[in-house]
Amino acid sequence: MVDRNSIGIASELQFFGKMTASISHEIKNIMAIINESAGLLEDYNLMAEKGIPIDPERIQVISQRVIAQIQRADGITANMNSLAHSVDEFQRSVGIKETLELAVGLAQRFADMRSITLKLQPSSDASAVITSPFHLQNLIWQMLDFAMDVSGDGKTVGLTFETGKASVKIRVTGLEELSNLSEPAFPTEKEKALLRMLNATIQQDEKAGEIHLFLPKDIDQALTANS
Amino acid sequence: MEKVLLVDDEKEFLDTMAERMEARDMNVTTTTSPKEALKKAQEESYDAVILDLQMPEMDGLETLKELKKKNPDLQVILLTGHATVQKGVEAMKLGATDLLEKPADLKILTEKIKKAHTKKMVLVQKKAEEKIRHILAEKGW
Repeated sequence: MVDRNSIGIASELQFFGKMTASISHEIKNIMAIINESAGLLEDYNLMAEKGIPIDPERIQVISQRVIAQIQRADGITANMNSLAHSVDEFQRSVGIKETLELAVGLAQRFADMRSITLKLQPSSDASAVITSPFHLQNLIWQMLDFAMDVSGDGKTVGLTFETGKASVKIRVTGLEELSNLSEPAFPTEKEKALLRMLNATIQQDEKAGEIHLFLPKDIDQALTANS
Repeated sequence: MEKVLLVDDEKEFLDTMAERMEARDMNVTTTTSPKEALKKAQEESYDAVILDLQMPEMDGLETLKELKKKNPDLQVILLTGHATVQKGVEAMKLGATDLLEKPADLKILTEKIKKAHTKKMVLVQKKAEEKIRHILAEKGW
């Protein structure tokens, strides 16, 4: 029998590894664009040295391209930094809106690879919960990953949240093929371990094609599904 | 002049790379879609296909497999952000000519394209010779 602690540790490492591998891959793509842009500038320089006139607009295009890639890299490294700092403390207060924004940022490349649109519902709700930020990110990723697998022809996965008295409900929508699954595929042992860690519960609404995560406002407080 | 098909989902990379390769006297066709790449490779004869390993729609290895199924002699060079040994071995088993990590040195890539062009010419010549030999044997001249 597999030890539950081992599943938890393996899941944590797998999640961290998957995210950092994806981030480094994307940074490599950005570096490749900047590298070729620098090379193109060198080409223009050689042409200019030979007396071939260079249209200043072409230089402008390259400079804008580099700026856009630096901004893209800045967003990616900011996400990486937030993920890295999520293990600083086992539990602390985290904003739900910020947590979901980070989750979408981290999952974006995986969604792009599967031609799926991730839609985070805009919210002015500044709710925060006392929880384990890293384990919460891990669980939201597992939910998004599963949702993308069963998003069907709609190929759109939504993310939204509502605040209750003692809990926050995070809804993942767009799981069009959820009702077609022959046997329950979610949550697996991996997610169950995370749920226990977060003192949270999960419900599936097969008809609506949604998964609901009920997260206590305080990880140490007992949780009932409708609180 | 080498005829190259460049396939990558990063449009900015494609545009910049294509401009640089064209400045080096290569005839470059680009596409961000692996499916379109398969179509183009069937319609046109390329000296080399430069293929990104990770793309939406179809991943690079899947695209490589399809390209080689349709034309086993096609010279495919894979470009990747991070090449794991496992992926590299898999790519070579599927018939990739080479695998380069991004950001790639254009000098090295150009050399590999030229090598691919030469290899293609040798294969074309070999096939023509085989055809002639076959005709000679059949006709009994």
